[in-house]
Amino acid sequence: MKKRKIADCGQEQGRELHQNFFNTLSEEIVFTILDFLGDNPLDKKSFSLVCKCFYSIEAVHRRAIRPLRTEHLPKILSRYPNAERLDLTLCPRITDASLVAISSSPCGSSLRSIDLSRSRFFSAGGLSRLASECVNLTEIDLSNATDLRDPGAAALAGARNLERLWLGRCKLITDMGIGCIAVGCQRLKLLNLKWCLGIGDLGVGLVAVKCSELRTLDVSYLQISNKCLPSILKLPYLEDLVLEGCFGIDDDSLSTLKHGCKSLKALDISSCQNISHIGLSYIINRHEGLQHLTLAHGPPVTAPLAASLRKLTMLQSIKLDGCSVTCSALKVMGSYCVSLGELSLSKCSGVTDEAFSFLVTRQKQLKRLDITCCRKITDVSLALITSSCTGLTSLKMESCSQVSKEAFILIGQRCNFLEELDLTDNEVDDEGLKSIGRCSRLIVLKLGICLNITSEGLSHISKSCSKLVELDLYRSSGISESECRACPLITSLGLGVITIGCKQLAKLDIKKCNKIDDAGMIPLAHFSENLRQINLSYTSVTDAGLLALASISCLQSMTILHLKGLTLSGLTAALLACGGLAKVKLHATFRSCLPETLLEHLEARGCVFHWRNKPFQAELDPKCWTMLGDTLQ
Amino acid sequence: MEDLKMDDEEALCAETWLRPSSGNSVRQPNQPSFTNFTLSNDQPEWEDPSLLDYGVRIGTSFSKYSFAPDQDGQSLQSNNSNSKRGEVNQQINEVLKIGKAQDWDPWAMLNNLSFLEQKIHQLQDLVHLIVSRKDQILQQSDELAMQQQQLITADLTSIIVQLISTAGSLLPSVKHNITGPTAMAIGKHRHISEILCNSGLGLDATNISESHGMGPNVANQVEPTGDTAPSHHPLDEPELKEEDDADEGENLPPGSYEILQLEKEEILAPHTHFCTICGKGFKRDANLRMHMRGHGDEYKTPEALAKPNKGNSSEAMLLKRYSCPFAGCKRNKDHKKFQPLKTILCVKNHYKRTHCDKSYICSRCNTKKFSVIADLKTHEKHCGKDKWLCSCGTTFSRKDKLFGHITLFQGHTPAIPLEEGRGVEGLLEQGETTGGEKNRIDQSINFSFNTESHNGSRVQNIMDMKGSIDDPSSYLSPINYDSFNEFSRAAFDDPDGGFSFLIPGSCNYGQKNGGQSCYSDL
Repeated sequence: MKKRKIADCGQEQGRELHQNFFNTLSEEIVFTILDFLGDNPLDKKSFSLVCKCFYSIEAVHRRAIRPLRTEHLPKILSRYPNAERLDLTLCPRITDASLVAISSSPCGSSLRSIDLSRSRFFSAGGLSRLASECVNLTEIDLSNATDLRDPGAAALAGARNLERLWLGRCKLITDMGIGCIAVGCQRLKLLNLKWCLGIGDLGVGLVAVKCSELRTLDVSYLQISNKCLPSILKLPYLEDLVLEGCFGIDDDSLSTLKHGCKSLKALDISSCQNISHIGLSYIINRHEGLQHLTLAHGPPVTAPLAASLRKLTMLQSIKLDGCSVTCSALKVMGSYCVSLGELSLSKCSGVTDEAFSFLVTRQKQLKRLDITCCRKITDVSLALITSSCTGLTSLKMESCSQVSKEAFILIGQRCNFLEELDLTDNEVDDEGLKSIGRCSRLIVLKLGICLNITSEGLSHISKSCSKLVELDLYRSSGISESECRACPLITSLGLGVITIGCKQLAKLDIKKCNKIDDAGMIPLAHFSENLRQINLSYTSVTDAGLLALASISCLQSMTILHLKGLTLSGLTAALLACGGLAKVKLHATFRSCLPETLLEHLEARGCVFHWRNKPFQAELDPKCWTMLGDTLQ
Repeated sequence: MEDLKMDDEEALCAETWLRPSSGNSVRQPNQPSFTNFTLSNDQPEWEDPSLLDYGVRIGTSFSKYSFAPDQDGQSLQSNNSNSKRGEVNQQINEVLKIGKAQDWDPWAMLNNLSFLEQKIHQLQDLVHLIVSRKDQILQQSDELAMQQQQLITADLTSIIVQLISTAGSLLPSVKHNITGPTAMAIGKHRHISEILCNSGLGLDATNISESHGMGPNVANQVEPTGDTAPSHHPLDEPELKEEDDADEGENLPPGSYEILQLEKEEILAPHTHFCTICGKGFKRDANLRMHMRGHGDEYKTPEALAKPNKGNSSEAMLLKRYSCPFAGCKRNKDHKKFQPLKTILCVKNHYKRTHCDKSYICSRCNTKKFSVIADLKTHEKHCGKDKWLCSCGTTFSRKDKLFGHITLFQGHTPAIPLEEGRGVEGLLEQGETTGGEKNRIDQSINFSFNTESHNGSRVQNIMDMKGSIDDPSSYLSPINYDSFNEFSRAAFDDPDGGFSFLIPGSCNYGQKNGGQSCYSDL
């Protein structure tokens, strides 16, 4: 049916425009071309604008859509009849009417996934229509639906084929609501209940009894106790269990468990204050198939505990953030763990150069390493990391203050597969950045409080790292844009360079980069069409720059504090012009100045205002600031 | 560390332990029931009002052996021909009251000891009696003899237990050692004790029902049970009710008890005790005896007011079980798997619940029906409070019960009361209207940004804007930013005048959608 339609369309166009050479391309070929187009939605947009034929083929081909404005939803839905994934994260205002429109649209029946995590204003009625009419729906993200109550959850229960459901922060849903979901959606494979504070033992227990297909369950921060734990661990296919911050689970409840969950592969018991090394040993003894273990902010990691990890022969990843780790434990882990791919020692006190060096020389398969705030680590360790773990894709080493600037050159030379690099608060300089520029796969680069870097170093990054999505330049004095927070040396020019080089940029923090002005905003607005979040506080941006930014259609979050050049009228215009805004941080003085109706209008559009009343802070000397940080630590 | 432990424990016994600061002796968390002995020994503050009293101590230590204290009391008295039940109860009550003000009461101890003494005497009498009867009746069945022996053994056991617990209250160290053997002994005689409990209950009810027409012929009652019965009865009733259904496990060998079967009319008769003088009927014998006082002084003697006795204690030991007169009922003696009923009350409740119309209708919900008025009263206490509702229509007073129900039954789901708001139908209508309005109303801003010069000083803005909103709650009237036209004319570099529309007075908030003309889609 669809194909015929397209063929018809092609014929028509053929008659009208015989000379159009694109029409000779068959539908299949165009589909193949489209398959190769990258993730950037703008590429597909440009492609569809080539000719009418491409336009219609692209519309048929598109499976995932992410509307920018709610008001265009009906048009979009009718244009893309085969859409399976609907991402509404850029539409802060989704009413029941919108949901009704979605469910009755041509793509309603084919829709498989919908993301409502950033949207508000819908209620149980709309969800019920969605659940009953979009019969193929397998995935719903309702995180942050803080207004959603039990009737909404009951409406969701109508989606019988649901397999993946996120309900994070739905604080008003109670056991009754989740009970409905448990009974209605028995095919659930993934369920996220993080921060659903209204749900307790009974609800979770019922989920565990009814949804026997569950693979992934996140019950972080719920008030659950040992009552529902046995039924959770009886789930036959459970692979991933997150129990972060479940204070109700203690050693006693773990000790009474007769059997562990055979299928369990990943377990997160971070911040479970009542689980000590005793409870941990119960877990380790009963779950020998564990591959990922997160023990962040848990009991101290000693050599005996590390030795017991030897039983977990499949262990690939271990996170010990915030635990106190002894040297002997690190050495034991180095010798006993067979193939660690991920190791996180962020803020672990007790990580010394010697023990850590031993560990990294044994664990050469490491892909992800987090040594944030391990302040005893020096160049020696870094040299060993870079030489033995060449396959690293993620390295986080914020505040490793003893590592000298020469060591960073090694990173660029040896670890070319890096995708994520956090060098916040380090001694890295332009030479280091030049070397890091070789890591062409970089997606996230954090250079906050790197006081030695300048625009020149950034230009190296922007030249080669075209995949960069997140750049943090907070308080880096030398640079111009993209998280260039408090980078007094960074000028608008540098920002321009970055934006032209890194078109995928989604988050930008240029707080306190006071040399950045409107001239930096204009290229930003022009080139960074994917920008979602920006912090402009303390910069020299004025009305014009702000209005320029407003043209970025997916901009969602703005922090605009202490902009000297900003007038009330400029702010108003920018707020009105920026249709997708979901969150704005403003100084409290604007609250009384802005017309009440305007605020109501924006809030009805889905925008949330955060009023801040901080006094203007004169910028300290950057050096002084870092010293302050050191003393605090 | 010690402090922490103590904190926990304090929380545990916070209700009774009102002076936690005095608890600085070493306590063992696993033996909470002994804690207070230890304490009272270490710290002889006899007057401490917060310490647990003696009676409670006995109660808790008994309950450790899975005896309900109540039942235990009954078993102790079961074959006691001149039952001191009321007296003992009162004693305990007194002790309870005193205990509030005093920790260790020598009086309570004395009472207890004298009670034990009495018990031993009674037992002695009983054995004497059996011996004498044995001489007379040689044909007595072995079973009966066995029963008698068992009863005596059980009685002895209970006396021993009480003795130990009494002694234990004085010697905490001894108590610790003794619990083991005692528990063993109790375990050994568990079966016997159960029988005793049952027979005790049976006797009680028989007393009430059978004493009809019986003259008060026993004079040695100090305090008639009948006096306490009315106050006790409401408490006993639910227990009996449970017993009615819960005695499935009682596997008495057939023939070890006497089967009685009352006729339907007897069961359903409102009164079972009738005044021989005026003919007035009563439900309870005690009430009848109270009534009889009005008929003359001869009914006022303690003998007349005393609870009528069976005459012979050995007769009382014959187990009595009841059969339901309804043919085919499992409780009927002709049924293959006959399960006897223990007491008259059980018979009555069983017959009414199972074989009678449910004529009592709850006045609140008008749906629930009962045949036993007590059941109705129990229901009415909770009717309307059952807020936990299942999709099948069943209501529960407790959430965990609802969830247990849902766990058991496939397809049942928690029912959530409908929101006060609109249903799906209303939503549909609204959806259509707002959907139509959407294109027209939603704010759309035509914002062209000319970046001719990079210093941004001469940025020209053409804003054609119609700001207005569709909002279901309609708290916000459509805004017409007509004055934006002014803005578009104004040069950007004139910030003072350019955004004049922002002054609320200059805004045109008219309801008319005059801005339609300048609407343009993004």
